[in-house]
Amino acid sequence: MDLAGVIAIEIVYSIAMLVLISAGLAVVFGMMRVINLAHGEFMMMGGYATIVAVNVGINIYIAMLIVAPLVVGIIGLIVERLVIRFLYGRLIDTMLATWGLSLFFIGAATMIFGNTTTGISPPISGFAIGDYQVNGYNLFIIFIAAVILIVMYAALSLTRFGLIARGAMQRADMASALGYDPDRIYMLTFFAGSALSGLAGGILAPLVGLVPTTGATYIAKAFITVISGGASVIAGLASSATLFGLISQSFTFLFTPVVGEVALLVAAVVLLRLLPQGITGRFFKGGM
Amino acid sequence: MAGSEVRSALTVLVIAAILFIAAPAVIETYTLTVLIIYGMLALSLGLIWGFGGILCFGQAAFFGLGAYTYAIAAINIGESTVPFLLGIAIPFAFAFVLGAMLFYGRLSDVYLGVITLVVTLIFFKFMNSTAGPEYVIGNARLGGFNGIPGFQTLNVPGDPGTYIYDVDYYWFCVVAILIVYALVRWLLASPFGRIAVAIRENEGRAELMGYDVRIRKTVLFAVGGGIAGLSGTLFANWAEIVTPGMFSLAQSAEIIIWCIVGGLGTLIGPVIGAMVLAYLKFLLGQQDIVDNMMLLGLILTLSVLFLPRGIVPSIGLWVSKAMPKRRRKRQRVRRPRAAVEEVPGG
Repeated sequence: MDLAGVIAIEIVYSIAMLVLISAGLAVVFGMMRVINLAHGEFMMMGGYATIVAVNVGINIYIAMLIVAPLVVGIIGLIVERLVIRFLYGRLIDTMLATWGLSLFFIGAATMIFGNTTTGISPPISGFAIGDYQVNGYNLFIIFIAAVILIVMYAALSLTRFGLIARGAMQRADMASALGYDPDRIYMLTFFAGSALSGLAGGILAPLVGLVPTTGATYIAKAFITVISGGASVIAGLASSATLFGLISQSFTFLFTPVVGEVALLVAAVVLLRLLPQGITGRFFKGGM
Repeated sequence: MAGSEVRSALTVLVIAAILFIAAPAVIETYTLTVLIIYGMLALSLGLIWGFGGILCFGQAAFFGLGAYTYAIAAINIGESTVPFLLGIAIPFAFAFVLGAMLFYGRLSDVYLGVITLVVTLIFFKFMNSTAGPEYVIGNARLGGFNGIPGFQTLNVPGDPGTYIYDVDYYWFCVVAILIVYALVRWLLASPFGRIAVAIRENEGRAELMGYDVRIRKTVLFAVGGGIAGLSGTLFANWAEIVTPGMFSLAQSAEIIIWCIVGGLGTLIGPVIGAMVLAYLKFLLGQQDIVDNMMLLGLILTLSVLFLPRGIVPSIGLWVSKAMPKRRRKRQRVRRPRAAVEEVPGG
């Protein structure tokens, strides 16, 4: 019974992890058809922002939840103005340009922080379920992932900005004719996506030892989750994260973590072969 | 048409041969050898991406597969001829199967990119986790993160004691890249190559004209895989060790950077891009004021923004603008390529 509880928490946790690391990429890809391959590095910078903020004495929750998203959001804004806005509609070119940015940020972080591991300790201690020890911070991550999904849904479907943003993504010329500046909307959407990446990086900072190349471990998973999810931002993200989280965690329990990772990747290949438009290309069509 | 094609291919081959003969005076042959190997790797992606319109994010998978195949076979066999051929054949076969799966499923663009990337990652993760003694193929331990050292390197066929190394190995690689270039030129001038370009330009139209797009793309992809495998095999012989790093994301990224900087839609563009950038990286590696990854990233981003056609086609364009008299002739020869440059990525 205790074991079942622990396994359930682990599975939900791995789903939440996928939601967390993919959310920023999902917003940018789903809304703007831009694949930001520097997403992993945005997370890495969120992590460093958090650590630096904690080291200067700022409360860890403020550092994770406010400082990291803000810093990375602003970096994202600069990137959008300098690079991305010239490349809208050219999917492959944006991928290549942001791949260049990702190498650039890795190099820059190596120069600033050095090629060493830095880290902070998680603010929540573990607790026991029966004979098993559960990491309390995992529950916090599950909570945050759920909040992210709810806030994203609310922002897109209930607020005026969400409505305008969705309109501008579908028909930029119409939005423009109605008096909304698509350029500004893209800018703000990219800011929101980057801030989400920064938030994810900040929240994961206490869990992993941070090195400048940390981003590479996330980008592939995030990329796969978002692409497999398909066109709808939230339904796609939630469904593919659930599927992949379930698969990778089950295989991790049955075999080893490496098998779990490989199972996730194989599942993605098979899934895309069967559903080339992603999950929401076939199911939950027209959702958000 | 065929005559001018042959003439331009011969011109490139002769100039390249002269440069390769002159180059050891400036740069050490040890460094030059690896530049040539990278050039061949870039050529493989330049072929399938620039002429087939297939953007493969995981060309490193075939590169690494070729190297590992060679290393494992060389340890088990002990003589290098068969392993060398296997180092080309296995990546070719693997690319064929993977390509068939992708193209018969009609996957394109981003999805193709994701799957090739994922396949590379699977190799990377798997090879990194094979440190234990239970991962053995024949006599070869896969060695996990440390890779496989100490295999039989290239020898004169039939005589395992006579190694081809150092300066001889440089000449071996020079001949190899010239042969590969000539074969690829021939492939592209053949009906198969022309139809491959037609498919890149307009897949639907080519299909309506009765060509089976799926098998053609699969074969082209497999040829690219085979060339990448060959360069992996050559790399294994050069480095005398193979490591999982050959499958890494950074390796895949670098191949794409070479192609985009050198120029898509040409064959020499990617080769030049690879050799120049790899040499630049080598020089940058000797100083530590600026991180060289940062510079490479900057080069890639800036070239996507300002030189989307790459160096070689841009120079071609300037030359043809500067010399209006020769322009007519150039255009006739270059037409199939001029059309290429206008539609990068659709």
